[in-house]
This record gives sequence, C-alpha cells and structure tokens, in this order.
Amino acid sequence: MNEFYYIIPFIILAAGILISLVIEMYFTSSEKILPWFSILTFLASGFSALFLVNNVKVVFENMLMSGGNVNFFIFIFNLGAALVTLLSIDYIKKYHTYYGEYYILLMSSVLGMSLMAGAKDLIVIFMGLEIMSVCFYALAGINRNKLKANEASLKYFLLGSFATGFLVYGMALVYGSMQNTSLEYLFLNFTKFNTNILFLAGLLFILFGLSFKIAAFPFHMWVPDVYQGSATTVSALMSTGGKAAAFSAIIVSFASVLTVVNTNVFAPYFGAIAVFSMLFGSIVAIAQTDIKRMMAYSSIAHAGYMTIGLASGNSYGVSGIIFYLAAYTFMNIGAFGIISIVEGKNDTNLTIKSYAGLANKKPILAGLLAIIMFSLAGLPPFAGFFGKYYIFIAAVKAKLTWLAIVGVISSAISVYFYIRIIVLMYFKESEEDFVIENSNTGLLSVIIAVLFVILLGIAPNSVINLISYFAK
Amino acid sequence: MIEQYIPVFIVIIVAVIFAVATVVMSKLMGPQRPNSEKESTYESGLKPIGTTNERVSIKYYLVAMLFIVFDLEVIFVYPWAVQFKKLYSQIGISIFFSMLVFLVVLELGFLYVYKKGGFKWD
Amino acid sequence: MTIPIEYYLILSGFMFLTGVVGVLTRRNAIVVFMSIELMLNSADLTFVAFSSYLGNSIGQVFVFFVMTVAAAEAAVGLAIIIAVFRNKKTVNIDEINILKW
Repeated sequence: MNEFYYIIPFIILAAGILISLVIEMYFTSSEKILPWFSILTFLASGFSALFLVNNVKVVFENMLMSGGNVNFFIFIFNLGAALVTLLSIDYIKKYHTYYGEYYILLMSSVLGMSLMAGAKDLIVIFMGLEIMSVCFYALAGINRNKLKANEASLKYFLLGSFATGFLVYGMALVYGSMQNTSLEYLFLNFTKFNTNILFLAGLLFILFGLSFKIAAFPFHMWVPDVYQGSATTVSALMSTGGKAAAFSAIIVSFASVLTVVNTNVFAPYFGAIAVFSMLFGSIVAIAQTDIKRMMAYSSIAHAGYMTIGLASGNSYGVSGIIFYLAAYTFMNIGAFGIISIVEGKNDTNLTIKSYAGLANKKPILAGLLAIIMFSLAGLPPFAGFFGKYYIFIAAVKAKLTWLAIVGVISSAISVYFYIRIIVLMYFKESEEDFVIENSNTGLLSVIIAVLFVILLGIAPNSVINLISYFAK
Repeated sequence: MIEQYIPVFIVIIVAVIFAVATVVMSKLMGPQRPNSEKESTYESGLKPIGTTNERVSIKYYLVAMLFIVFDLEVIFVYPWAVQFKKLYSQIGISIFFSMLVFLVVLELGFLYVYKKGGFKWD
Repeated sequence: MTIPIEYYLILSGFMFLTGVVGVLTRRNAIVVFMSIELMLNSADLTFVAFSSYLGNSIGQVFVFFVMTVAAAEAAVGLAIIIAVFRNKKTVNIDEINILKW
C-alpha cells in the first residue's frame, strides 16, 4: 500500500480528471470552473512531484518509476500544461467553441505523458503514449466545425496510428527475443542480445514509432500541417509536452546504449536523423510565410538538436536533453502563446507579415516575443543557448565533434528566420490594420514562460546540477 | 506434419467443386426464358423504390463506437474473475478494490456519455 | 504436434506488410484506418505466438492492452473521420488538402 505514496502526482492528476468529468456533467457554468480547476490540478500534481523528487523508487512490480528525473519531467509537463490552460481561456472565446472536454483531454494527455516519463516496462510506455496520442488526436480537431482543424486531426490520427503500429510490432519482436518486457531487464542484458537480429529490428521499430512523436526528420510530414491546422494552444502543448514525453520514453528504453558501458549501436541512426532534422527544419523554415508553419519547422530542427544528445550517448547528453526540453517547453509555450494572442478570429493574423510594427502597437508583447526568438535562436544569455551548449559539449565529449559543428551551422541558419521576426516587429511599419484583443491570462502565462526562459538562462548551473545529480 | 492437413484440403477441394458445379450445372441444364418481370429487383412483390446504396444513419455509428469502447473493457474483468479466488488468498481484499476502482472509472465515463446525450435516439 | 513458431511469425509479418502497403497505397480514409488495425492485429498475433512459445503470459497481457487501445483509437478515429465527412463530404485523403501535405 505504501507504493501509492510514490505515485501521488499520478493519483492527483487522475482524480482531477474524474472530478472534472463530474463538474462538466452537472454544472452548467463549467466554462468558468473547469480551467481554474485544471490549473489547480496541474499545479498540485507538479509541485507534489517536485516535493517527492528525492524518493527514487521503482514501484508496482517494476512497472513504474518515481522520483528523480521522472518527477522533474512530470513537473515540467504539469507546469507547461498549466500555462497552456491559462492561454486557452481567452483563446477559446475567440472561436466561440467551448467544449468542456478540452480541459479534460488536456489533463488526460498530461497523465499519459507522465506515465511515459515514469515507464519501467514496455507496456507502460505503450499505454502512456496511447493515452497521450489519443487525447492529442481529439484535441487537434476539437474545433470540429473548422475544416482545417478536421484535416489536421485526420492527418495526425492516420499517421500517428501508423507509427503506433510500428511501435507495437517492435515491442512484440523485443518481447519475443528477450522473453520479457521489463526495461530494467533490457538494460541489464543488453549485451546478451546485442547480436540478435530480431531484437535489434524490434528496437529499431520502437525507435521509428517514437521518432514520429518527437517529429524527427523522416517522420516529420505531419508536423507542419498539424501545428497549422489545430488550435494554437493545442499546438503549444503538442510541440512541447508531446515531444518531451517521447524523448523521455526514448531515454528510458534506450538507457542501455546511453551509458558509457555499452557501445552506442544506434549512434549512426541518431546521428543521421539529427543532421537531417536540423538542416531540413532550419532551411525549410526560412521559406515559410505562415508563422505556425515556421514554428513547426523550427520544432523539427529542435528535435534534431536534442537527438545529438542521444547520439552522443553519455550522461552529459541525457542531462543536456532534459535541460533542453525544459528550456524548449517554456520557449515554445511562450512563442505559441504570443501567436495565440495576436491571432484574430477565423485564422487571421497568422502570417509573418502580421507581426510588422508590433512594437508600436503592443510593446510588451513585442518585447516578450523578442526574448523568446533570441532564446530559440540560441543566443546568450537565454535558456536556448545553454540547452544547445550542453548538447554540443556532450557531442564533443563523445568524440562526435562533426555533429556539434553541423549543429552550430544549423543554428546559424536558424538565426535568420528567428531574427527576421524581430526585425519586422521593430523596424517595419504595419501593412494591415487590425486590433489585437487584450488577454490578461494569456499575457500572464507568456510572462511566466519568459521568466523561466530568463531564469534557466541566467542560472543554468543550478538546474543542470540538479538534473545530473539524478541522471546517474 | 503437412500430412495431417490432408483431410482439411480434401474438404476444401470438395466444397469448391460442389459450389462451382451447382452454379454451372443449373446455368447449363435449366431452361432460360428471361423477361422484364424476372429481371427486376425482388422486393416482396412490391415495386422497388430508390437505390440499394442507402446511407446508414450516423446514430448507428455513434452507438457502435460506444459499444466498442465499453464492450472491450470486459476483457480485463474476465481474467480477474477467473483468478479471483487464487489472488484473494494471496493478496487479500485489495484485489477486489482494485477492480472496483477500474469499474467506477468506467461507469463514470458511461454516466458522462449518458448525461451528454450520447444515447438519445432522435 | 504443434505448429512451429516460424509459421506464426511469417504470417504476422505478412499481415504487417499488408497493413503497411495498404496505408501507403489506399486513398480512402476508412480503408487506411483498417490497414492500421491490421498492423496492430499482426503485432497481437506475434505477441500471442511468442507468449505460447515462450510459455510466459506477459505477451497475452500486452495483447489485452493493445486491443483496448485499438478500440479507443477506433472510436476517436471514426469520430474524426465523421467530422471530416460532415464538413467536406468526402473521405478521400487526396481531396483533403487545404493544408499542404
């Protein structure tokens, strides 16, 4: 029974989901209650995870892990989702489409992400991934009268479940070759199965399935369409929480190759998808005119940077990825938050040109967006710089200097399209005349995200020490 | 080991021959005098109306979807019920409550669908 | 005597391949979705075959979860396809192209 103490974050989240179902059923004014209730649940779950961070323990017959990195991930997911919920309050009013399910699905997807982060067994990874993905399929099309949203959710659903098919088949092959689905067992006996073709094929299939969720190069086709078509706030969560959860699943299931003990047999694969994702994302993003599509391609590029950490396969890489994910979560939620505030009714003001002259109209928004764009471009002293810095250091330590160099080149390319927006905001006159509605909750959420970006940029050592302390 | 399947193959072959032979023989041997009455669609003696490709109402899909979801949960209950005595002696009463929690969550979902009008038929 | 494990694996491999080819070549969203289900079922078959071959029940437990997830996915997926059909009056994925692929 004591085991339940260690999974309090999960229990709070699950109880919150059930209670909000009841609220949605019986209260006619659930539109006012539910967002605040879900923020409360996210914060309770997140801070209880932070409170329990020292209790590292594997519970429920080697199924779930609690404490350490896992709780750090859960904290990030919950904080990110709380910020997204704050953004959604005013965003949903813009489209006059309130569905109570929106917040319930948001909470369920965070539960799925938390399960993925804490997984110690292939079953738990699969369940977590599917809880998250099914919620995202529905969330992408939550605006069901909008054709673009329908199309985005159909594409996401078809391609996402295609990837799930690969994942499950890979898990079946891994189970068949090692007679077990425990990740602990995989970690300890990796060298024993190292030469088994069935086993390696299974792991590769699992990797295909997860690469899809992190939006890495050969499996990126859905990213621009889905980010563009679905609601901006949903894209914010998909690009941060979904990516972070998939990375945490890769880290736990490939922990055996990410230590110095074993040689990283997947290093060529990781290296290849890192190079292609970075270059492809950065170069294609330049050509975009729609800001959400641009952010989508930048998200592909960022997946590439993080994959460098996997290719380097040491503990520096792992803690670098976790830091990067934390930084990226706040940067992207901030960026999508500002996009959702600037966005007008019926998908207007979504082109890059809409941002011309923003500094005159809304100086605060422009300043916040400038900080986020500097951070995304990887300029010091913001969080994005240190994220890339730790990843590149890990690559150099793993004697993959060429990968770090490609990463630097790609970030240099990406500076162009991030800075272009800043130039537009400050040095160009507005061509279209439109009014940006005020959104106090949205602005609050963006400010919190930017504060975290600055905090992680100014004091990265405290965070990285904390992470590497648990990464052991 | 392939020999063990010989009876199955024989059955398949006989079935195919029988099916093909009946159709072909009736075509060859029976008298054929078609007219417009015979060629028309059989609708219990009434005049046929509209196309046969009627679009099925969306309500059936709704009910079918709900059925799939709630029907499949029972696969978790069956193994639990079969092993209940053994597990009860090993773990104790908590094995009962764990399934109770599962069913409460499931019923909450059911209640949600009911309250939202998922079962309304008009 | 029992059927050797290879036969099951070959069958499930073929099922999986059929599913993949179906997803890549068919243009009707429902058929694509059925092909995906075929892929999941081939994984189920592999699990059950390994489970009985290895004599442990983890695979069967996994299959329960895969089946449940497939059902949930089917429900959400059909709902999405219906939503698309209501607005667009088609489920051909070549015609659903406002967003660039």
